[in-house]
Amino acid sequence: MEIGKNRRRVDAWAKVTGTAKYTADLYPANCLTAKVIRSTIANGRVVSMDVREALKVPGVVKIVTCFDVPDIQFPTPGHPWSVEKSHQDIADRKLLNERVRVYGDDIGAVIAEDELAAEKAARLVRVTYETYEPLLSVEAAMAPEASRIHEEKPGNIVASSGFKIGEGDFDRLKEDGGLIYVSGTYTTQSVQHCHLEVPVSFAYMEAGRIVVVTSTQIPHIVRRVISQALGMDMGKIRVIKPYVGGGFGNKQDVLYEPLNAFLATLVGGRPVKIELSREETLGCTRVRHAITFKLEGLADKEGNLIARRFTGYSNQGGYASHAHAIMANAANIFKQLYQDKGVLESKSYTVYTNIPTGGAMRGYGIPQGDFGTEAFIEDMAWAVGMDPLEFRLKNCMKAGYKDPHLGIACYSYGLKDCMEKGRAYIHWDEKREAYAHQTGPVRRGVGMAIFCYKTGVHPISLETASCRMILNQDGSMQLQMGAAEIGQGADTVFTQMAAESTGISAEKIHIQTFQDTDVSPFDTGAYASRQTYVSGKAIRKTGLLFKSKILAYASEKLHIPGDGMDIRDDAVVDKESGDILLTLGALAEEAFYSLDHSVHITAEATSHCKDNTFATGACFVELEVDIPVGKIKIRDIINVHDSGRLINPKLAEAQVHGGMSMGLGYALGEKLIIDDQGRPRNADLLDYKMPTAMDTPDLHAAFVEIADETGPYGNKALGEPPAIPVAPAVRNALLHATGIHFNALPLDPQTLVERFMKEGLIETEGTAYV
Amino acid sequence: MLKIIHMNVNGKEVELAVDIRESLADTLRDRLGLTSVKKGCGVGECGACTVLVDGTSVDSCIYLTVWAEGKRVLTVEGLRSGDGGLTPIQQAFIDEAAVQCGFCTPGLIMTAVELSGTGKTYTRDELRRLISGHLCRCTGYENILNAFEKIFGKNPKT
Amino acid sequence: MYDLKNIYYPESPEEAVRMLEADENSVLVCGGTDVLIRIREGRLAGVSLVSLNDMRELKRMERESDGTIHIGPAVTFSALSDDPLIREYLPPLGEAAGTVGGPQIRNMGTIGGNICNGATSADTASMLKALNARLVLLGSGGEREISIHDFYTGPGRTVRRREEVLTDIRVAREDYEDMYGAYIKYGKRDAMEIATLGCAVLARTDTDKTHIRDIRIAYGVAAPTPIRCFQTEEALRGRPIDAALFARLRRDVLSEVSPRSSWRASKTFRIQLVKELGERALRQALARAGVPDILKGGGGHA
Repeated sequence: MEIGKNRRRVDAWAKVTGTAKYTADLYPANCLTAKVIRSTIANGRVVSMDVREALKVPGVVKIVTCFDVPDIQFPTPGHPWSVEKSHQDIADRKLLNERVRVYGDDIGAVIAEDELAAEKAARLVRVTYETYEPLLSVEAAMAPEASRIHEEKPGNIVASSGFKIGEGDFDRLKEDGGLIYVSGTYTTQSVQHCHLEVPVSFAYMEAGRIVVVTSTQIPHIVRRVISQALGMDMGKIRVIKPYVGGGFGNKQDVLYEPLNAFLATLVGGRPVKIELSREETLGCTRVRHAITFKLEGLADKEGNLIARRFTGYSNQGGYASHAHAIMANAANIFKQLYQDKGVLESKSYTVYTNIPTGGAMRGYGIPQGDFGTEAFIEDMAWAVGMDPLEFRLKNCMKAGYKDPHLGIACYSYGLKDCMEKGRAYIHWDEKREAYAHQTGPVRRGVGMAIFCYKTGVHPISLETASCRMILNQDGSMQLQMGAAEIGQGADTVFTQMAAESTGISAEKIHIQTFQDTDVSPFDTGAYASRQTYVSGKAIRKTGLLFKSKILAYASEKLHIPGDGMDIRDDAVVDKESGDILLTLGALAEEAFYSLDHSVHITAEATSHCKDNTFATGACFVELEVDIPVGKIKIRDIINVHDSGRLINPKLAEAQVHGGMSMGLGYALGEKLIIDDQGRPRNADLLDYKMPTAMDTPDLHAAFVEIADETGPYGNKALGEPPAIPVAPAVRNALLHATGIHFNALPLDPQTLVERFMKEGLIETEGTAYV
Repeated sequence: MLKIIHMNVNGKEVELAVDIRESLADTLRDRLGLTSVKKGCGVGECGACTVLVDGTSVDSCIYLTVWAEGKRVLTVEGLRSGDGGLTPIQQAFIDEAAVQCGFCTPGLIMTAVELSGTGKTYTRDELRRLISGHLCRCTGYENILNAFEKIFGKNPKT
Repeated sequence: MYDLKNIYYPESPEEAVRMLEADENSVLVCGGTDVLIRIREGRLAGVSLVSLNDMRELKRMERESDGTIHIGPAVTFSALSDDPLIREYLPPLGEAAGTVGGPQIRNMGTIGGNICNGATSADTASMLKALNARLVLLGSGGEREISIHDFYTGPGRTVRRREEVLTDIRVAREDYEDMYGAYIKYGKRDAMEIATLGCAVLARTDTDKTHIRDIRIAYGVAAPTPIRCFQTEEALRGRPIDAALFARLRRDVLSEVSPRSSWRASKTFRIQLVKELGERALRQALARAGVPDILKGGGGHA
């Protein structure tokens, strides 16, 4: 039994010995360096670029400006392509942009023999701009007098959407009276992925084709977008993905690969690399969207949720990237996680501004949506005067829930069990009571939040994945996936799944970790929480096919009907008795070299996945707040997940830890600070407050394991969910500790201190403690 | 400007011409092919490029190669024994699932090698402080601390 | 790769001075954790470096017979925290050095570099101010010894001339004997931080531990340079150790600090930290001096 086993990672040896090769470890010896020339304004237009001085820098090979690139606009998000025009991603940027929409926009590129020459030259390019007022907030961008950031989008609204569930009318119910009305505005900040490996690629030409080696989550999509951006045949483009040092959604966007490919074509196909600096990574790639939620709700005195109204505004930044898909997702959790007895009204807007572009980031809008939803539900429970856990149990998504618009359902349901497990672990009832009436400068609180998360992207987008299995001469297997290992452990669980579905032991399965679009089967890549689910189905399907081919050959050799045999522990066995009939090693040797019937046994299958299912879970936090200095210390924290059957519990736990840490950073201090000119102020790892080991408490992970009938092995989403419920749980624990409703993330010390002063928890006179 | 320097890298005496402008990380990666030395920030904020110089951990991205003249430099490649066996800390990283994307891993292992030189044991909180010069986005440090505790812990988790 | 023109290796401080004089495009480097980053940012691009990194003469730690302690400016933060002399006589300085950056940075950065870059946030600077440290600067005209109180002239600026080398940091016996101290660094994170505010306090009590005999209060990031609160100290000297002592400290220090608002932290927040950290550091110092039951109280405990 391979499923459920704590198998050690298949790539661990390569990583602890430093032999695992990442993109920058593979630069060819004669590689040129390209440096992007970046705008020093956030909104405007490049009028001219004078490159004469820059060209004099020794080592400079070529300088390209925004006036030299093909007039082709292309989309960048890592979505499957849609054959329906209306559903296609927004194509709103060029390789280099004359119309500047973000601070640090790509307006040119220097190609040089070395990094220093490229940097020096980039600094010497004289740029003149036509400058417009930077539009930094949704309000500013939606104002009637605002400049148009993209000509195609008047009013700067990228997209909007809305829906209504249930009969009746929110305002009418409110006016009727007798119900408890709660309202609030909840806001989230821009944060960055901070994968340790920066975005990096190199490109070269080989016999008229372009090869791009890149750190990406989506090799096949990168190939498609390069083809679109350059107007070049897809077959002439080859993308290779080596080991990847984390992505978290930032590399689910096509960042600089098209420009890199283009630059290689300008230097006769000689290799050119683009390695972003950390500062460029933080300030000029993608961020998690800052979203503002205006929420209203009505409940009765018994704590029944009667009606809610949701209005969301997502700050898209300068380019569409994943655009409204993220805002729409955030609106969906508000709908899915609780059901109103009366009516739910929802309206959402995604708005272009001149801040750094929002894109995919672990949870895809749901961490924002869950903060709004779960802070608001807490405030409703507070207004009703009910224990927030009881309020949730009463109103949350029930077993069998089905989304009325998308049709996604809870095929397995462990949400309430997760809540109960967390409740017991944190000693919820005792501590809610014990911390109810505190005074003094140091106070404690417990809080919680729940979430639900759809596993893949069906039916919003296509879900398709392929797998290839090849039998080696010794009876072992080469496993090729289009799905990408980016650090999460995909290759290990794929290996386990392949072992489970074929009877070949995991030790004899050799997975190809480098995707190469010339060789690897198609898969859209590592995003959503889809790969163990969607690509896992491809493994299962391919495994069955592979096995049947092996058994057919065995049947031919042994003259035993195939359905009487099975493969277990690397041998063909009698299905009933389990007796070994032929080892796979012997079978493979025969299959390869038989003078009678030589056949190379391979199997490949595509799984077009038309299922989707909800994973759920909860986070419980106990914290202590040092009021006079605004510091929160997490005393205890647990995430409990309903992710179906776990393929590898130890790796699942590790995945949860990482998500929790990301959630704590989101809750307590991470924020990309943008000044009034649209310039990121803290685009480095000193001033951007990603948690260190000293800022991170011990992290506890628990599971409610219920097999999901739609999952290939009973499994469902786990990759993104751990990051989702942490921030609202911390916020709610702080409410319990202090009685103060903090409605904006992050809960950083200055925010806390200034609010505590306002609320009278900190005396503002110098003689306070006499 | 080139300068000839002498260092002992992973137990081997090397003499090579380096550009005086090179960081030790550049030299190790580009001239000696020691690509376990990862670059995550270039300014000593992430710890991915940590190597030992005369037994002490430094961020090799902000250490000029010329400063290593006459010194001993150790990277993860230097831990390889002839039979390909792993050091206990490397094995602990594997066993405790402390490895995810792997980009911070070599640097953390070098900090562990530095600690193993002290012969001391540490509490979990002391270990937190000792690894605080390494950023990791994948693990929340939990399993990394478990691996460290397994080797250096005062009260190792069972 | 760093945009450097040249790098020089002086054998002695005197030679370093000559090299700095000979190349007016050169700057000193001692550790490099700050200078190299400024080169990378382009602020010092194209400079030449005069490297003091391995100069043994500047790493010496010594205690004279009169009790004066000499600290070599090229001593790294780690070496300083681990040094037996520091552990015995100046533990609060070792504590301050132990809060810099992270372990690797502490293995590279030096105390001399920390104060010579002129930053108000330098963790060792406020403690050296509390210790009334004296600094020896060697220039072409010979040595001059100045008080650290006369060293800083503004943000990133000191009286050290470009061609001068800091050769010694001296702390006199009366500035540490029977003094107990604490340094609290306040950062948004607990590691890899520059201080939002730093507070160094030294205190000496009477023998029955009921009164303050002497006190030093210094802050980093509470003004454009590290500062001492001399007037507050004067007002607190001789006072009984009671609630009023802390209240007075919290009130009085405010007239001596001048924190500003920046995108890193607001003035309001920094003022609150000035009060709170002052009290907490004094309580810690007194606890180390043996005053019982002093850690708890006031606005929370550190």
